Amino acid sequence: MNTEITGVLVTFFITLLIAFPLGKYIARVFRGEKTITDFMSPFERFIYKICGIDPTREMTWKQHMAALLSINLVWVVYAFFVLIFQDKLPLNPDGNPGMTPDLSFNTAISFLVNCNLQHYSGESDLTYLTQLIVVTFLQFVSAATGVAAVAVLFRAFAEKTTTKLGNFFVFFTQTITRILLPLSIIMAVILAFNGTPASFDGKDSIVTLQGDSVQVSRGPAAGMIAIKHLGTNGGGWFGANSAHPLENPNYVTNMVEIVAQVILPMALVFAFGFFIMRRRLGYVIFGVMTLGMLTFMIPNFFSEMGGSPALAKMHLANATAMEGKEVRLGVPASAYWQVMTTVISTGSVNSMHDSSMPMSGAMQMLGMMTNCFYGGKGVGLLNYFIFLIIAVFISGLMVGRTPEFLGRKVEAREIKIAAIIALLHPFLVLAGTALSAYFAAHHADINWAVKPGAWLNNPGSHGFSEMLYEYTSSSANNGSGFEGLGDNNLFWNITTGIVMILGRFIPIIGPVAIAGLLAKKKYIPQSAGTLQTDTATFGIMTYAVIMILAALAFFPALTLGPIAEFFNLY
Amino acid sequence: MSDNTSRNKLFDGALVEEALQQSFVKLNPRIMFRNPVMFTVEIGTAIMLAVTIYTYATGDTTQGSAGYNLAVFLVLFITLLFANFAEAIAEARGKAQAQSLRKTREDTPAKKVFAVGEIRTDEIKVVSSSQLAKGDIFVCEAGDIIPMDGEIIEGLATIDESAITGESAPVIREAGGDKSSVTGGTKVLSDFIKVRVTTEPGESFLDKMIALVEGASRQKTPNEIALTILLASFTLVFIIVCVTLKPFGDFVNTPITIAAFVSLFVCLIPTTIGGLLSAIGIAGMDRALRANVITKSGKAVETAGDLDTLLLDKTGTITIGNRKATHFWPATGVNEQAFITSCVMASLADETPEGKSIIELAHTQGVSNRYVKKEHARFIAFTAETRSSGIDIDGNRIRKGAFDAIKNLVTKAGNLFPSETEERIKAISSNGGTPLVVSHNEQVYGVIELQDIIKPGIRERFERLRRMGVKTVMVTGDNPLTARFIAEKAGVDDFIAEAKPEDKMRYIKQEQESGKLVAMMGDGTNDAPALAQADVGVAMNSGTQAAKEAGNMVDLDNDPTKLIEIVEIGKQLLMTRGTLTTFSIANDVAKYFAIVPALFITSIPALQGLNIMHLKSPESAILSAVIFNAIIIPILIPLALKGVAYKPIGASALLRRNLFIYGLGGVVVPFIGIKLIDLLLAFFM
Repeated sequence: MNTEITGVLVTFFITLLIAFPLGKYIARVFRGEKTITDFMSPFERFIYKICGIDPTREMTWKQHMAALLSINLVWVVYAFFVLIFQDKLPLNPDGNPGMTPDLSFNTAISFLVNCNLQHYSGESDLTYLTQLIVVTFLQFVSAATGVAAVAVLFRAFAEKTTTKLGNFFVFFTQTITRILLPLSIIMAVILAFNGTPASFDGKDSIVTLQGDSVQVSRGPAAGMIAIKHLGTNGGGWFGANSAHPLENPNYVTNMVEIVAQVILPMALVFAFGFFIMRRRLGYVIFGVMTLGMLTFMIPNFFSEMGGSPALAKMHLANATAMEGKEVRLGVPASAYWQVMTTVISTGSVNSMHDSSMPMSGAMQMLGMMTNCFYGGKGVGLLNYFIFLIIAVFISGLMVGRTPEFLGRKVEAREIKIAAIIALLHPFLVLAGTALSAYFAAHHADINWAVKPGAWLNNPGSHGFSEMLYEYTSSSANNGSGFEGLGDNNLFWNITTGIVMILGRFIPIIGPVAIAGLLAKKKYIPQSAGTLQTDTATFGIMTYAVIMILAALAFFPALTLGPIAEFFNLY
Repeated sequence: MSDNTSRNKLFDGALVEEALQQSFVKLNPRIMFRNPVMFTVEIGTAIMLAVTIYTYATGDTTQGSAGYNLAVFLVLFITLLFANFAEAIAEARGKAQAQSLRKTREDTPAKKVFAVGEIRTDEIKVVSSSQLAKGDIFVCEAGDIIPMDGEIIEGLATIDESAITGESAPVIREAGGDKSSVTGGTKVLSDFIKVRVTTEPGESFLDKMIALVEGASRQKTPNEIALTILLASFTLVFIIVCVTLKPFGDFVNTPITIAAFVSLFVCLIPTTIGGLLSAIGIAGMDRALRANVITKSGKAVETAGDLDTLLLDKTGTITIGNRKATHFWPATGVNEQAFITSCVMASLADETPEGKSIIELAHTQGVSNRYVKKEHARFIAFTAETRSSGIDIDGNRIRKGAFDAIKNLVTKAGNLFPSETEERIKAISSNGGTPLVVSHNEQVYGVIELQDIIKPGIRERFERLRRMGVKTVMVTGDNPLTARFIAEKAGVDDFIAEAKPEDKMRYIKQEQESGKLVAMMGDGTNDAPALAQADVGVAMNSGTQAAKEAGNMVDLDNDPTKLIEIVEIGKQLLMTRGTLTTFSIANDVAKYFAIVPALFITSIPALQGLNIMHLKSPESAILSAVIFNAIIIPILIPLALKGVAYKPIGASALLRRNLFIYGLGGVVVPFIGIKLIDLLLAFFM
């Protein structure tokens, strides 16, 4: 077999090998059992003490959400102002300016919501200080927020009937101290030893082989790049993200980065199974997610490996789709990354998604449209849970019982919430895209600083894909860019900012509310007539629900974008 | 299950006619609004009507030809009618069933009693049954039709209840006790009874039920509401999909006609289940009615599908009637014929079924009671003190009773209780039988063995319930030893022995506390609290008024095994909803492949590659899709009315099966259907 393909397979199996025991470990952490990171507990107690947190206080789902939302509000206000005034603050060796309010609005939200959509370029628009105390800080806390939210789900189904669902701040703090920090330190060291900068010095200048003098940006990047992946954040230190040679120097760092971004979403699925003592359920969910990932991975892989038929017509041997890809990484590793970074909500890139083949572009968007095959840290499982509830409802009926999940009846109220959440994502993506398409089509020359007519590098279907991708990425809190879109202007900063914030918090509140409501209900013991949710059949049912609901809603839009391009090309 | 013919005949001529009429009446937007999915279709239809009129009036063809717009409008209009027809035919069938019951009670003359004083006898006047109010008293003689539901306050009568139950054997109803209730529409065959009316006119069970199937008071069940919410949200998603398609199309310079938008929308929203949803609910109650069970709400039927535990009385449900004498065992040295004769004499005054069965058994063994002269005899009735009964005749004291009672009697008189007889008694008990010891002048004479006869086929029914996940519990007054034997023999999962009404109640509460849904059947007034406590309480029609008020279903056949049927009806109801929802949504895949390429093909010809069904033209593709969408509704009406068959094969196997048939089928069928319709349309276009 081709070495590069072997490399991809090895990467996947390494991910699995790490994720499984990590899942067990996470379950132990949240259960408060003995773990190897218990040396952190004095530190945690110190944090609780200075913050006035009573770690033994159990919260209801509403109290959880109140804590989550209020602390997030504090962070976004903080980030917004620090970004605006960054030019007046220290650690700015390159003398970069403060952000405009609209860009700051977009950026603060973008990192708060774990999206990391970047309408700026790190080298020229951020200072080392804001890279650290805004970007890196938010990358830690937003990841921990997602995990703390999914921990409520864990607690809700671990016990029979309860309103006590643990303490938000404990889940949050432990996620950082026991999961994110230790892993980030290990990873940052690996990256630093492979050539990623970890320095507070400003730009360096080198003389290339051609003899030109080039200014090379650097900074304390290794630590940030570690959490960027571990926290499924995806926002790069440098504008070119992980395609940049300092952000992702070689094949080994590439493997480390792609493994790092997938392990926690995967591990949380296993952790769910371990925590609620239904391992099989964890495995079935993992199986469905993997099947979903492969549904997008395989076409993406083959269309990238096949390359453009236009090149084939010119009789170029082995014309894979190399445009927009890094030679040191190659096509298979880039294709694998393209799909992984979109099915989970990292959104870091090691190649130019705009340059990938039409079918690949469609698969990347579908990864974000479904947004629950592994998905973002914590939130991926929460999104999956919504589809699972809908699947439980329909299949419960199909076996002749009023639907129930893990011994709790699923009734009108839960279905109402699930329906709203399932509806929200297509609404945000399609409405956003419709708005931008409307301005681009009907008001191309409106008197704005950047005219809608000048937004896009490409007309027609490809231009449409660029807009569709941007909103999909925002709503899915993915943050990757298709690029080719002039997005640092008022329209895009504000609209995607709103889409990101709605696409983050409502899909967290909804599933947590359902879990909280179900946890309160009377526990019904199983019988022979009870629908088992940890079977392959039910897994297939969930898969079908996700594909038909999440993917079909986007079919007409995809037809106008990548699918039309695909048929035009072949 | 009284009329299999009407059950099989789904579309009776008169019913269809009425349903057709109703289909148009139901087009009223205010009625339509109750069903959000079909309401949006109605809006779409109205839009298409406007477009059609516009294109005819102006000759403008940017929205497609007038004929094409008219065709789309007509198909959508028919879709609405089909959906209304489904609901209307279900209602009509229920109504017809209810009417046939109601007919028996309209304009029945009632002999109302007017109290005129303490001394003079009451005056009786004939009035119409509709003039009877709750609390009124009427009398019925042989040959009269009972005008109203009520309770006998005086007298006893044999009554023919075949009009309601289909059971031709007359039943006895009498004042006091658990058999005092009579139902309007039934006929008194003999004797005279005085009855107090227990319901207001129009509020009898039958009336309530009729109102339910007629839809007037039909409320959506919680599950139906949840499904409606889900379907409404699907509809909303597709509204978003269709509305946003307009600027998308503008951006890529692809004009899309209004007809195409509306067709895409109507095809994508779950019209199949949306159109059939209420029909399924009504049909579920109707099926219960056809099984001669009146349900007080649709929710009760749904709940029945979820039952975890079933409380069943042993007598009459698991065993045939009462215990029967099966064997005479004379004590050592006692002549068998003499023993049997003693048994007969001891049982002469015993009116209990057990007592009668002893005489019956004696008959078969050639001993009859005709030699006994009653004048010389003194009958000793059963008392709680002696716990035995018998006869004193010509200086012979014959007693019959439970083992310990007779043992007491015998040993008190200084006689010995023979050990062989004691052995025999043990043997009978451990076989699930009940021993009755007979003594003659305080000497043990022998033992009568009474046995429960378990109904044939009951074991299989319990097995079926077990596979459905329903636990069966036998309730009996027997001692635990006997109860255990019968429980094992009948195959029930648990039993309550020596049960008092409070025990039933306690058991139900205990099961409910652990989260289970419990059903029970009962007829007596002392069952009423337990019937009310149970999630599904089925009262027998022969039961007391209190029992009927407490339960949420009434079984007209008085058949205790009916619960099994009710569980299946409940399951069928939910399954029909689930499978048709799955089918409806799975259909979208094919419809997308028909309509989406048709939308864009003129401006992006390359999308011909997406037209995998090779439909002839964009217009024919869209028409084929909407036609398929319309005709699938009437095709599925029989399924909606009959319900999806329930097979107790375990939940996962059932899901697999239904997912394969309705999920995969739902994906494949429309591909074939749309292609066929397109081929047919080719002849006209």
